[in-house]
Amino acid sequence: MGAQLRIYRRRIRSVKATKKITRAMELISASRIVKAQQRVSASTPYANELTRAVSAVATFSNTNHPLTTESASPKRAAVLIITADRGMAGAYSSSAIKEADGLVVTLKARGLDVHTYLVGRKAVNYFKFRNRPIKNSWTGFSDNPTYAHAKMISDELISAFIADAQVDINGVDELHIVYTEFKSMITQIAMNKRMLPLEVVESDGPAPAGLLPMYEFEPNAGEVLNALLPRYIESRVYNALLQSAASEHAARRRAMKSATDNADELIKSLTRLANAARQAEITQEISEIVGGADALASASAGSE
Amino acid sequence: MSDKVLTVEFVTPEKRVWSGKATMVSARTLEGDLGILPDHAPLLGVLVDGKVTIESVDGSSQEFNVSGGFLSVANNRVSVLGESATQ
Repeated sequence: MGAQLRIYRRRIRSVKATKKITRAMELISASRIVKAQQRVSASTPYANELTRAVSAVATFSNTNHPLTTESASPKRAAVLIITADRGMAGAYSSSAIKEADGLVVTLKARGLDVHTYLVGRKAVNYFKFRNRPIKNSWTGFSDNPTYAHAKMISDELISAFIADAQVDINGVDELHIVYTEFKSMITQIAMNKRMLPLEVVESDGPAPAGLLPMYEFEPNAGEVLNALLPRYIESRVYNALLQSAASEHAARRRAMKSATDNADELIKSLTRLANAARQAEITQEISEIVGGADALASASAGSE
Repeated sequence: MSDKVLTVEFVTPEKRVWSGKATMVSARTLEGDLGILPDHAPLLGVLVDGKVTIESVDGSSQEFNVSGGFLSVANNRVSVLGESATQ
């Protein structure tokens, strides 16, 4: 076998092996998207009920809660960025980071210091490589977050928010979150939202029908709000984590699908080249034999 | 007893634990044990760790251990939001 042909065959083999891997990753992600979507919808009833309750308390009490009051002169803002732990998901992590960079620019333009909190190894590596300060980071659960993770993250964020930013350098006045919203299997959009202080309570579900009833609070409105608001933040963070996880799987499935398609194409064109090389080799051998036979024939003809 | 029933939703962040019609729900709030029958006044209470009992319309009674959460009652609709729940 000629050298050219051998090299082509070797490359075909290696592309085939890669294709097997990308195909497997595509299938795995495809099955995980469904699971992730189910978890998003499983968490929706809780989020809806909680939103209802928060809007009820917010409507019927004029209690001033630290989580809803806006600072007169904000000094610092926290940004929570949710990315993936692993790559191979196309632009998933980088578009979330790009969105966050845009947000940081606007925050800085308002004269705020920015503390970054990261979820996912990709964001951590990005920030470490660029020597940017990281306030805290959590890794290892980006593709399968649980409520406990959301609680862990929100506990830290809420305590940073409650600390007075004017005196405590760890305190923040605003809390923003950057995550990737799962619109559909083909569309995922990186977006940022302000979580704290709470703005108008928005509900993702159906708007509560009619007026909210006059609630009695047990023990009192302030206590209820105290207990309710941290749960509300947790559930928002949890929802963002779940949406991001679903988006991550969808992005990875798409990236792996195009990798598999590319591998197919590559194998096709390499096979063509290998065939041409084989043919050229045969042609050359034939012409060598014919040439050799001719030379022999003319040599023996001359000796007679 | 009236023919009215409660529509109960018992949810945690990770899943819907129980939902359906019930004749009574009892739970423990910060101020003590609380039983809810149909036509209860609108209420929003903070739950403490303890048991939530739901008397279903079919006569069966479900008991859950709940840790932290809320209870809201309005228009014969009861939502129990637990941080975690086990049967």
